[in-house]
Amino acid sequence: MNPIRSFADLIPDAVPAAESRQGAERSIAIRGLAAYYGKHKAIEGIDLDIGPGVITAIIGPSGCGKSTLIRCINRMHEVIAGAYATGSVTLDGTDIYTPGSDPVQIRRRIGMVFQKPNPFPTRTVYENVIAGLRLNLPRKSKADYDEVVERSLRSVALWDEVKDKLHDAGTALSGGQQQRLCIARAIAIKPEVLLLDEPCSALDPTATLKIEDLLFSLKIDYTIVIVTHNMQQAARASDRTAFLMADENHVGHLVEAGPTREIFLKPKDSRTEDYISGRLG
Amino acid sequence: MHEQAETRRFARRRASNLMSLLFVVLLASLSVAILLVIVGHIFANGLSSLTLDFFTKIPKPYGEDGGGIAQAIVGTIEMLLLAGLMAIPVGVATAIYLVEFGSGRFAKTVGFAIELLAELPSIVVGVFVWALLVRNVTGYSGIAGSTALAIIMIPIIARSVEEILKLVPNGLREAALALGTPRWKVVLFVVVPTVLPGILTGIMLSLARAAGETAPLLLTSLGNNFFNFNLQKPMAAMPLQIYNYAVSPYDDWHRKAWASTLVLIAIVAIMSGAVKFLTRRWKHESN
Repeated sequence: MNPIRSFADLIPDAVPAAESRQGAERSIAIRGLAAYYGKHKAIEGIDLDIGPGVITAIIGPSGCGKSTLIRCINRMHEVIAGAYATGSVTLDGTDIYTPGSDPVQIRRRIGMVFQKPNPFPTRTVYENVIAGLRLNLPRKSKADYDEVVERSLRSVALWDEVKDKLHDAGTALSGGQQQRLCIARAIAIKPEVLLLDEPCSALDPTATLKIEDLLFSLKIDYTIVIVTHNMQQAARASDRTAFLMADENHVGHLVEAGPTREIFLKPKDSRTEDYISGRLG
Repeated sequence: MHEQAETRRFARRRASNLMSLLFVVLLASLSVAILLVIVGHIFANGLSSLTLDFFTKIPKPYGEDGGGIAQAIVGTIEMLLLAGLMAIPVGVATAIYLVEFGSGRFAKTVGFAIELLAELPSIVVGVFVWALLVRNVTGYSGIAGSTALAIIMIPIIARSVEEILKLVPNGLREAALALGTPRWKVVLFVVVPTVLPGILTGIMLSLARAAGETAPLLLTSLGNNFFNFNLQKPMAAMPLQIYNYAVSPYDDWHRKAWASTLVLIAIVAIMSGAVKFLTRRWKHESN
């Protein structure tokens, strides 16, 4: 058993895109996207297609704008004071950046999980799962909520671990459990797309593998985009990969995107090869 | 030779370290000593006058022994309640605006105004309320007193709640926003509940401060030696009562001034103790 394996061993054999529940819906097209923090331009000229039923990984060195890019997909970027984006991000044919569109509605369709697990500290495990429903959707019966809680926790493989602790504080769980709780909270409102911004960077390897397994089972129902600085993770867990890099002005550009196998084993751009082989970043 | 010098230097360093430690410990004990002397003196002089009459009777006419401060306790409680009713919404809303929504020139102006308001001497607040309300509208009254107290409480509440809200990690706001939650709901149902104990502590702090204010009340609620529950009439308050008793020429009234001080301190201590107790239980439940 050699613990050091090459990427070729990590990447699962090419699997056909999982059969999507809603056919070709839930696909995202990013065109000419640029994002700014005040006067500073963080990313520029991003064109990227994100398909349904697959996991798309966004990789790149620190400061290349991975997180900025993923936050533009559900308009969370503009939450930061002075931040804005130009260009278009289209979900199912509708541009989420058209002037009349409501970011609040968009975020209900495009859920997000963050780097640091962030369950609501004043809410129990149970209340955390249904937080999105309770905050934003019409009130439902206790039985409905019970059903949502069990279904969401089962789909993140957390139910068996916490079913006796549903009424403990969400923050009382371990880090890995908290992050799965956050994923459960995100999918409880049934979004179409799930964005994960370095979801495992605060977790240990065991918890990381659990999350990756979980993503595999979730990709049937959700279009998944994951930002990661861990290339093994991108190789193991994604179907498609997009590689971002910052130019000399610290503006992030998309270097190349394609099936994970191709990006890791036969990259077209020399910069991709340098990064993946560890000569860069 | 060299080693000897090293040892000497080390001994010198140790000595100067000990000296400076001694110095700060001494000064720290001094601040504790001041508190102990004040509290001890108040207890020694006031405890003997704490009878049932003291809490249930109004002051006796000049020169007569006996009587109490019941009307002042009533006045303080009533005016604090009304002042809280006015100041808490304004102060909390200001803090929420500054932290959660405010940016740009207007927010800067609001922040600056709160800063100035906090530095206003309380007698100035009293003069202002006297000129604006007492002289033309209300006359000397509980309402005017409450208004003056509210003006003093607003910046205290706004600044302490602002500091507390800033402690809420941004990740929490983002978590709620990413669920498609409108901003006002994020603030009301996620941010505020997370720091509710801190907000309550800030409010208590402002109430405690207002409970001890004397100068603005001299010019607004005036004081009253008879029972009065009507906020439209001149109203007694504990600090005013302490002042009146203290400047009198009678020994019995001097003792009553001490006793009133004791009661005022006890009320403030009980209020802050209650907040500590409640917030600890609240924290315990949420963990």
